[in-house]
Amino acid sequence: MENTYTLSVFTEDKIGLLNRITIIFTRRHINIESITASESEVKGVYRYTIVVTVSQEQVEKLVGQIEKQVEVLKAFYHINNDIMSREMALYKVSSDALKENELFTRIVNENHAKILSISPEYIVIEKTGEEREIKHLFGELEKFGMLEFVRSGRVAITKPMKTLTTYLKDLENKSKTTIKHFNN
Amino acid sequence: MKKHNKYNTEVTGAEAVILSLLDAQVTDVFGYPGGAIMPVYDALYDYMDQLNHYLVRHEQGATHAAQGYSRVSGKPGVVFATSGPGATNLITGIADAQIDSTPMVCITGQVHSHLLGTDAFQETDVVGISMPVTKWNIQVTKAEDIAPAIAKAFYIATSGRPGPVLVDITKDAQFGKTLYKYEKCESIRSYFPCPKVNEEEVSKAAELINNAQRPYILCGHGVLLSRAEKQLLDLAEKANIPVASTLLGLGAFPPTHELYVGYLGMHGNYGPNLLTNECDVLIAIGMRFDDRVTGNVSKYAKQAKVIHFEIDPSEVNKIIHADVAVLGDAKEALELLLPKIKAQKHANWLQKFTDCTKVEFEKVVKNAINPNTEKLRMAEVIHQFHQLSEGNAIVVTDVGQHQMIISRYYKFNQPNHNVTSGGLGTMGFGLPAAVGAKVAQPSKEVVAVLGDGGFQMTIQELGTIMQSNIPVKILVLNNNFLGMVRQWQQLFFDRRYSFTEMKNPNFIAIANGYNIKGRKVTERKDLNEALKEMYESKEAFLLEVVVENEENVFPMITTGASVSEIILE
Repeated sequence: MENTYTLSVFTEDKIGLLNRITIIFTRRHINIESITASESEVKGVYRYTIVVTVSQEQVEKLVGQIEKQVEVLKAFYHINNDIMSREMALYKVSSDALKENELFTRIVNENHAKILSISPEYIVIEKTGEEREIKHLFGELEKFGMLEFVRSGRVAITKPMKTLTTYLKDLENKSKTTIKHFNN
Repeated sequence: MKKHNKYNTEVTGAEAVILSLLDAQVTDVFGYPGGAIMPVYDALYDYMDQLNHYLVRHEQGATHAAQGYSRVSGKPGVVFATSGPGATNLITGIADAQIDSTPMVCITGQVHSHLLGTDAFQETDVVGISMPVTKWNIQVTKAEDIAPAIAKAFYIATSGRPGPVLVDITKDAQFGKTLYKYEKCESIRSYFPCPKVNEEEVSKAAELINNAQRPYILCGHGVLLSRAEKQLLDLAEKANIPVASTLLGLGAFPPTHELYVGYLGMHGNYGPNLLTNECDVLIAIGMRFDDRVTGNVSKYAKQAKVIHFEIDPSEVNKIIHADVAVLGDAKEALELLLPKIKAQKHANWLQKFTDCTKVEFEKVVKNAINPNTEKLRMAEVIHQFHQLSEGNAIVVTDVGQHQMIISRYYKFNQPNHNVTSGGLGTMGFGLPAAVGAKVAQPSKEVVAVLGDGGFQMTIQELGTIMQSNIPVKILVLNNNFLGMVRQWQQLFFDRRYSFTEMKNPNFIAIANGYNIKGRKVTERKDLNEALKEMYESKEAFLLEVVVENEENVFPMITTGASVSEIILE
């Protein structure tokens, strides 16, 4: 049975590593639904958040293949219940919306969205939330004439409390104590 | 080995490449020069007394030579190539090394860093192209980054589950100046090559083995890579367990031992395949359940508890679910396991294998090695070659029917004497891999056993043999067909022989053109003497044996069939 999984991948900062990771998905004909990458709370350690819809068996194998990459520190996968996740979206609608100002403002407020800019031709609205909330607001705003829409990839924080720095310490010990050369 | 005294002196990046290789204990390199790697070749000119370079005839040949070198010596093979086509020609060999866990360090020249991405002459994104088939790769654009990159490359290629790495060096980095120093790389924060063996898992494995009625060991390449041959032998003898081998594991367990039951897989032995579905505990050591071994996975060893000894965590549960997974180095794991194992006897279980061997001998082997056909058959050639060399030659094969015949009829007495392209099945592997094997083990007899198809894929490496005077023996089994494909066409495509028949050249004349002696045999009466002449020749020698055109390799597990549905004829 397929499910939506959020992968958190912690890596070193290296050119081309993103490519190395995405190849793992493309080779298995798995579509990446969203991907974001940024530096984590630890300097020099990058965090990728990748969303895919696959089976439990597939996600386990994906994480195994990702962790096998030399510059990947650690990879995890989570179901939606284990994480807090958000996406951000920008909506550009026609300024005609102001003709129905009361309705428009109510939609923006009820959806906890924010007006970023108003110009004679268009209005830009910002919304942060879960995917379904963002889609819902899209539906609401569509009636005013959607000129442009863009949604970010998912960012997620896990609920369990083990911190990245603890993992890093464990990993550092692990990489030092288990050296074994092929030609020994 | 001579030591250079260039530490803390200013050198070019190109010289740093050579010095780093010397500091990584490299003695041999296979390569081909070209524009973007010329500075490295220029630096090599001053170190020819310390670093032997073998000029191949095509870069693919360099990679296979490096693989052959590595497989018989345990040392990483090293390759030089230029940018663009030089680099792309490496890809097949790199992919082969990746899937067969062979340590290899490829060093490619690259265009000037300011030209990257401009479609400059002979520019290609080799880092991008090689990414899916390397264990690790890197592009270096500064002279001072060369030595650390090479140190890291050797560490990654040779540690844990070995594999190929590629270091791409721009021409300006090769020309640039740097203060030379070399620090051996011994750990990388994000890289865990060898998991520590978990004693609890070892105890669970021991319990399963001690309570097993019909235990069965599958021995893979990992046993050779971790040098665990003795521990495997001790385990098998102590608990009286039959041992079968994968294609790449051949030679890890003595073939004449009473517990050795044979070779696994599509064209493997009858008992080892059939009885996989009768054992109660399957002990897989350093193998990855390749589809050529398992046949239909949904009908593979379903009755058995599976113990998987494996260094690469991503292999566990990838194909076959493991009831107990012992992660880590096979030798270390088996050493921990042995004291927990009780001495046992499994006479009835072993008898089943013996019975199968008898059936296979009657139905297949007897006729194959002693045929009453007019033309020679492949198995009789290999059987005689085995007897002549007493199973002690390093045998390098190509891919196809002759490869399966070698794995069935040549009994490798020693570890690391079987060199073949397993996972990738690369035709053209054999001849250059034999060159590399002979360079690594000059005192051993190295025989390349090739088909007429694969031989012609890298036949140009006869030039390498000639130029570097490498006394490789070449045994070509010529059936004027791409035999394995033809066999499939016969069995599964209604004998429609679509482009598998080959019109071949005069191989002896070609060998002679390269100043290599040759002989062609068509008659049974000449075979033994001709094999002797080849084997005992002090120089390179090509023996072409013309064999039956339409011979099939049996037994066989057909596509989609289970291991227990193996057919004998």
